[in-house]
Amino acid sequence: MNAILEVKGMLKRFGGLTATDHVSFDVKHGEVHAIIGPNGAGKTTLISQLAGELRPDEGDISFEGRNISAATVPQRALGGLGRSYQISQVFREFTALENVMLAVQAHAGHSFSFIKQVAQDAALLAPAMEALRQTGLEPRAHAVVSSMAHGEHRQLELAMTLACKPRLLLLDEPMAGMSQKESEEMIGLIRSLKGRYGIILVEHDMDAVFALADRISVLVYGRIIVTGTPEEIRTNQAVRDAYLGEEGPA
Amino acid sequence: MTWGLFLTQVLNGLQLGVLLFLLAAGLTLVFGIMNFVNLAHGSLYMMGAYFGAAAFAATGSFIAAGAIAVVGTLVLGFAIERVALMRLYSRDHLDQVLATFGLILVFNEVVRYLWGPSSIYMNAPEALSGQVTLFGLNYPSYRFAIIAAGLTVAAGLYLLINKTRLGMLIRAGASNAEMVSALGVDIKFLNTMVFAMGAGLAGLAGLMAGPILSVQPGMGEPVLILTLVVIVTGGIGSIRGAFYGALIVGLVDTVGRAFLPILLQMTIERSIAQAAGPAIASMLIYLLMAVVLALRPQGLFPVRHG
Amino acid sequence: MVDFRSARFWIPLVVLAGFALLPVYAGLTGQSFYVTLFSRILIYALAAVALNFVLGFGGLVSFGHALYMGLGAYAVGILSFHGVTNGWVHLGAALLIGGLFATVIGAVVVRTGGMTFIMITLAFAQMGYFLAVSLKQYGGDDGLTIDARSLMGVVDFGNNTVLYYAILATLIAALWLFNRILGARFGFVLKGTKSNERRMLALGFPTLRYKLSAYVISAMVCTLAGFFLANFTKFASPSYMQWSVSGELIVIIVLGGMGTLFGPVVGAIVLLLLEEILQGWKPGIYPPFEEIVNKHWQLFIGLFVILVVLYAKRGVYGYFAEARRE
Repeated sequence: MNAILEVKGMLKRFGGLTATDHVSFDVKHGEVHAIIGPNGAGKTTLISQLAGELRPDEGDISFEGRNISAATVPQRALGGLGRSYQISQVFREFTALENVMLAVQAHAGHSFSFIKQVAQDAALLAPAMEALRQTGLEPRAHAVVSSMAHGEHRQLELAMTLACKPRLLLLDEPMAGMSQKESEEMIGLIRSLKGRYGIILVEHDMDAVFALADRISVLVYGRIIVTGTPEEIRTNQAVRDAYLGEEGPA
Repeated sequence: MTWGLFLTQVLNGLQLGVLLFLLAAGLTLVFGIMNFVNLAHGSLYMMGAYFGAAAFAATGSFIAAGAIAVVGTLVLGFAIERVALMRLYSRDHLDQVLATFGLILVFNEVVRYLWGPSSIYMNAPEALSGQVTLFGLNYPSYRFAIIAAGLTVAAGLYLLINKTRLGMLIRAGASNAEMVSALGVDIKFLNTMVFAMGAGLAGLAGLMAGPILSVQPGMGEPVLILTLVVIVTGGIGSIRGAFYGALIVGLVDTVGRAFLPILLQMTIERSIAQAAGPAIASMLIYLLMAVVLALRPQGLFPVRHG
Repeated sequence: MVDFRSARFWIPLVVLAGFALLPVYAGLTGQSFYVTLFSRILIYALAAVALNFVLGFGGLVSFGHALYMGLGAYAVGILSFHGVTNGWVHLGAALLIGGLFATVIGAVVVRTGGMTFIMITLAFAQMGYFLAVSLKQYGGDDGLTIDARSLMGVVDFGNNTVLYYAILATLIAALWLFNRILGARFGFVLKGTKSNERRMLALGFPTLRYKLSAYVISAMVCTLAGFFLANFTKFASPSYMQWSVSGELIVIIVLGGMGTLFGPVVGAIVLLLLEEILQGWKPGIYPPFEEIVNKHWQLFIGLFVILVVLYAKRGVYGYFAEARRE
């Protein structure tokens, strides 16, 4: 399998603090590559650099063989990098359907259309409903987002990310703040996506990580100390020392 | 164009610059700490001028006028902060802008009611009515005194902010307000202090401007907008930015208005230059601001957060 | 999808019908003064509707839209001064100069946000003000008197009632246009950017170009209001670009109901009528106080604005439109 994303020697400093320390890893087609690490290890900083919100000081990011280090956030998004946020970034005044329609619209060419009404725009409606169906939110299509539950926001995040027709998903803590039941549903959902997309999964929920990941990288103080299969990570002494400690996975 | 004329204009620019700094310092601190924009800051400047003019007319002492102008605006600032503006800190910027816009209308009408619609004149104090000689150049003592007073206040502010505990809190507040309240400081009191201090500085600026500009209703707004240009150019929330921004804007505006038309006449046809010169000169500082923002959206001396 | 029972349907309908019938009423009662007063109201409504497109729906709080009103007015004034009387040329020039200024200024301002945006739109409008003051050959400080209104072919602007209906028709056309745009893909992007710009970028929208386009559209409709203002007053003055006019436009929007299409129209009626009433208020109960009110009416407008901000943020139209939708 070819790597869809390849990161080489990525470095980011904030003043004296090295948030990302010469990080190199790759993600293959159809693979779930999980990134774990204690709080403050620099996971969100890493994701932000992949999405383009932050620029690394050094290093290269290539996506499907093209170097995208200099691309802007919208360019990367249009190029096939879909991102979901740790804290739901949704349009609270819009309905769920409208949220997803905006995501579809982003990839339907330019939006300098002034007269034709969106509400009758089948080119937006149909794919948006499809993404809602995929994530199980179809019955809630016309609910206003600010009135929806937290778990539903997380599902909507994912629906919007999927509607962008990405080839690589950056999932930043998709289970954050979810109940046990909601988490299980989300795990099922991500499992159903597996194989079709390259997925980078940043997550605190170890059950989820070990259930989903093909490979796991452990990030500590901005550095990847080890990359391996779930089995290798589970038994790796350095990981146990640095991170898993006594609350290691069963 | 003589050297002496140029030097005079540079001094005039410096004098405008220090006045702008007195206004910008308060406004930028209030914005930096409370995330609040006070369009009525120009009104406090106007009130300072009126308090000063009235007190000078009544007592004949410029020192007394100064004390009354500064203390008067300080108290006024304290009062409006506690009565109305405090409630707006948590509101969005649109609300803040609108409410302080309403305050401007109120202040201008109160002044019109109390002192009448036409301008009142205020003389410079006797001791400063003459000229000083600098490098063989005669310059009005009063204007020179403004420059000296402004630079003194700037130095005082520098010491206050960099060397005292209050200054440390202000600096910390400008870069991270939550941290300050986490330190157990009464943030409300700090806010009021900073606001009142800014008001006092605006009042001082108004008083000092009184003898060289006409004291009239609405005099605060053109100055306020210049001050906004200063703050945006210098970097919002930064005292250092306010200082350099004020000097740059003061110099560019004054020197540009004086010499740009003459320079244009030397390079392009006279009739065009006569028409375009003043027009371009009046736009100069705004163009400067646009260029600065295009190159450095955070201004020349942005506040470092974190 | 129009709900015929909703306030969003019948308030605009009643108000616009009232506007349409007003000259008839004024003619019957011989009060031609009403046509003049409501021409002003319509011009301000048009400018405020234009501003609200970026302010209420795009979250771009421009404190400098008076600039574009002034540019529109000066386009008419300066062309007339040079003997160009064709109104279509005036109109074209107004839109062109407004669009040009808006594109250049917009390219700088939309890169900033929040407080900086407010401050520098205010500053750029002041630049226009000083520019107009410095144009001594066009009256400078005193402004520029316009000898005759624009010649628009069969539409005779010389007749106050015809001018009134022309402004009303333009306002209705602007409302229709903005309604369409806001329901179309472009409007969707604009509203999304106001709601969550970071997410818009991550979805793949280069938001700057949409914000800039919206700013230019809004500014151009505002110059249209300036074109009418110059025709209405037969005068172009730097005071049209004064910061306080920009402030008034925002007050009108908030007063009517921010983020509603029709709110600014209601806001313009309320604010301008209130100003008119305060200036002529003479119930004869306590004349000394009434005199103060007449003379210092701005004091009461100021207090009114503060109270609206503190206690009535939804606005008049916003209140009814939302109350009925719940």
